[in-house]
Amino acid sequence: MEFIEAVMHYGFLQKALLTSIMVGIICGVIGCFIILRGMALMGDAISHAVLPGVAISYMLGINFFFGAVFTGLVVAVAIGFVTQNSRIKHDTSIGIMFTAAFAAGIIIITMLKSSTDLYHILFGNVLAVRPSDMWITLGIGLVVLLAVYLFYKELLVTSFDPTMAAAYGLPIRFIHYFLMALLTMVTVASLQTVGIVLVVAMLITPAAAAYLLTERLSIMIFLASGIGVLSSIIGLYCSFTYNLASGATIVLAATAIFILVFLFAPKHGLIWKRIKANKKKASLA
Amino acid sequence: MQSAISISDLHVSYHGNEAVKGINLAIEPGKLVGIIGPNGAGKSTFLKAMLDLIPRDKGDVKILGQSIKVVRKKIAYVPQRSVIDWDFPITVLDTVLLGTYPHIKLFHRPAKQEKDWAYQCLERVGMQHFSKRQIGELSGGQQQRVFLARALAQEAELFFLDEPFVGVDVSSEETIIKLLKEQCRTGKTVVVVHHDLSKANDYFNELVLLNKELISFGTVDEVFQPDVIARAYHGQFAFMKEIGVSI
Repeated sequence: MEFIEAVMHYGFLQKALLTSIMVGIICGVIGCFIILRGMALMGDAISHAVLPGVAISYMLGINFFFGAVFTGLVVAVAIGFVTQNSRIKHDTSIGIMFTAAFAAGIIIITMLKSSTDLYHILFGNVLAVRPSDMWITLGIGLVVLLAVYLFYKELLVTSFDPTMAAAYGLPIRFIHYFLMALLTMVTVASLQTVGIVLVVAMLITPAAAAYLLTERLSIMIFLASGIGVLSSIIGLYCSFTYNLASGATIVLAATAIFILVFLFAPKHGLIWKRIKANKKKASLA
Repeated sequence: MQSAISISDLHVSYHGNEAVKGINLAIEPGKLVGIIGPNGAGKSTFLKAMLDLIPRDKGDVKILGQSIKVVRKKIAYVPQRSVIDWDFPITVLDTVLLGTYPHIKLFHRPAKQEKDWAYQCLERVGMQHFSKRQIGELSGGQQQRVFLARALAQEAELFFLDEPFVGVDVSSEETIIKLLKEQCRTGKTVVVVHHDLSKANDYFNELVLLNKELISFGTVDEVFQPDVIARAYHGQFAFMKEIGVSI
């Protein structure tokens, strides 16, 4: 209750709340496609690869959005290039490229700025969201949601059966990089809320929980967003009340929801499956 | 008559290792064609190269006399069962509905008309009672019938199926081959990668016998000769006899 009063009262908290809700929604939506395409590790990589882009943008004095999308995509292309042109496996290629980008980002940022800035970019500081940050997040969020809405058909079929999609003429490689671009945008939007290091959790944990709850992609997307929003609100509450890092509390809230779903989901939950297995055994005894 | 598919001097390699060498052939419309050959003969590679799904080193493929780029929407492709994620959150009817996507404009969604059509296609493979199931809940044969329904929903001129009978029960196999033969009777062309020699002579009009290069192409009677088959299978020949394949 105190939290609700505080939200009514303090502008900074309203901005924080609105920003984290948007982050919860878009991470849930993009996360569904990421996990269904088996790209959880790629999500982690691209989110880290945004760091040098943010740093270079500071250096050039441009909006960090552009730098972030640029380096995110460069790393996505580099990962694909190494995989396709050597015997190096995809996960190894991811490991090489994103750590390199991340390391470069750390060096640039420490050369330019104080370590507090680095800390905020890495771990988020949602209670310090400025109005401009909030508008960037809301703007990016709307673009991402509109893109998924408009290209839902193409995203669905290329995630499920890329060969069939390519056979009837969809540009599957372009769609892959399009999704990578959306992913970098989501990461940028999440910088203030959860930070670069933990954004992957917001991408995959709510989506994974939703995956255990439904058999339809459209419903999975809504559930993942809902779980993302719920995690954001609970996490923000804990962050505000106990003075903890917002990124960490939001991520742990999502993890808690995932554990509940993992145990109690009606069809794919652990407990339900155990009960069914035991019933079967009992019927044979 | 215009060939449905004409291939000239097709070469494909992986990192310099040739997988498909210098293939020339022309397939007439309305034919049910089987691509056969030993394991590692490049059957699937050949199918994918035909459809420009993997890069080729050399050669030209014309589909209905045109470049593949302009006729893609007339092509239905059914991949190997092993490449599909059967846990994907999609229902049987929605899987068939994907077959209507090539004809739906960008930014549009499938409407009632498409959904009804998908349901009709599901009826043709006898799977309408499973329309709301998640695809992973079906047996292998049922899954393959659903994918055939999706191909039918595409209203294609040419059908390409990669190993459609692997892990499929006998009655599903019969349903699938019956429907494919029906498509051929209406003038559609069907190309099937097939690994089981024993049924090849019942199923197909024409056979492409492959072992990296084209060993033989012709009617089933022409290709199904012991000496011709032996040229593709070399050492595996004795083994074939042992498992009771009569050639």
